[in-house]
Amino acid sequence: MKKYHCDVVVVGGGPGGSMAAKYCARGGLDTIMIEKKAEIGAPLRCAEGVSKKWLEEVDITPDPAWISTDMKGAIIRSPSGHTFKLDESQAGNEVGYVLERHLFDKHLAQEAGRAGARIMMRTAARGVIRDKAGKLIGIKAESMGEPIEIYAKCVVAADGFESQVGRWAGMDTSLDQADILTCAQYRMSGIDIEDEYCEFIIGGAAPGGYLWIFPKGNGMANVGLGILATKLKGGKTPIDYLNEYIAKDPRLSEGTVTEISSGMVSGCPGLDETVGDNIILVGDAARIIDPLTGGGICHACRTGMYAGKVLTECNKTGDFSKEALKPYEKMWRDRMEDKLIRNYMAKERFATVDNDTLDDLVLMIQDSDISEVNVWNLLKVVKEKYPELVEGFEDLI
Amino acid sequence: MIVNYGKCLHCGGCVGACPQNAIYLNDYILEFNEDCNNCGRCVKLCPVGALRREGKK
Repeated sequence: MKKYHCDVVVVGGGPGGSMAAKYCARGGLDTIMIEKKAEIGAPLRCAEGVSKKWLEEVDITPDPAWISTDMKGAIIRSPSGHTFKLDESQAGNEVGYVLERHLFDKHLAQEAGRAGARIMMRTAARGVIRDKAGKLIGIKAESMGEPIEIYAKCVVAADGFESQVGRWAGMDTSLDQADILTCAQYRMSGIDIEDEYCEFIIGGAAPGGYLWIFPKGNGMANVGLGILATKLKGGKTPIDYLNEYIAKDPRLSEGTVTEISSGMVSGCPGLDETVGDNIILVGDAARIIDPLTGGGICHACRTGMYAGKVLTECNKTGDFSKEALKPYEKMWRDRMEDKLIRNYMAKERFATVDNDTLDDLVLMIQDSDISEVNVWNLLKVVKEKYPELVEGFEDLI
Repeated sequence: MIVNYGKCLHCGGCVGACPQNAIYLNDYILEFNEDCNNCGRCVKLCPVGALRREGKK
């Protein structure tokens, strides 16, 4: 059996994995990143919408090559069709992009490669390797159909919602059903939508979550939804909900579907522990996703970068113990945890709101004069009329 | 569990959602190990309805 030796092995070639690999390699660590699929960034399992501000923070320069749409605004649609349209001016000219994930992910992987990381495609992790004392010393994998072993000082689990690596390493990655959103999406074309506005449809169409229409230009869009697991009823699947909505929205019903994707996202504010001895979990694998929006790309990129930086420091002393990796835990929590907890509480509360109240909330926001629209300001407006909806987490607003 | 591979999109959602950590996705094939207690969470949550319990339609 072929054996590889390196400083760090990164499992998963999504944004979190590539960023971790890039910053490890840049820090002088011998880095291997493995990706089980034959292509990075495909098949699509994402709505592709991101905000703009964080890109600079992780040193990614926006490139039209992987940007599908530069958003002018967003539309929030209530259960009975009231809409609130948010324009660039109210969003501080910082609305967002719809990405081409298959190109964006490849770009990040190429950056990791340029920094010196070795990337092994069609290589799937199959288990972890421990020494006689029980210390994690690498992973077993299957590369192009052949079993291999990769020995490393530290494993970065960037294997997404599935997170098999975290489980093999003994980390608690289990989720309560109330913290899982199950999602289905179509790539549609020939639909009658505003090409530069992201649309969020809340309420009955997607119980406990929302339905999104994220434009890809020329009457194309990602049309999908996420439903809170506890709200699924009567054996109906997300794809059933999606078909039902599309059939009754005249803007979509005549469209063509050219791609189907599915997936799940966590709706909790991150795992309690994201490091162990010789292992770090990043991005979706660490459940670091915005519980309200389901957005995970920026969190994956940040945590990947943090992991790479912390591992670079650890390499100076050769200590990759849980204790030595703790600075990673502190970095992401300091940067993101407050917001994740706030949005988690908002998600929990909004999952209890009926359609009539959602209608009223959208009307209320319509009438408000928010100058800069973001979750923060929206919750402030909500607080004025429905203080009970934000009760208990006012301090975070 | 019975997997309808005509529907399954290999998204791995069931793997991450399984409370028993009993499901593994190996090269587009779902494997259920002995920890599976037939709770049915994967059946309920599958985005495309590709799973069912044995003996059920």
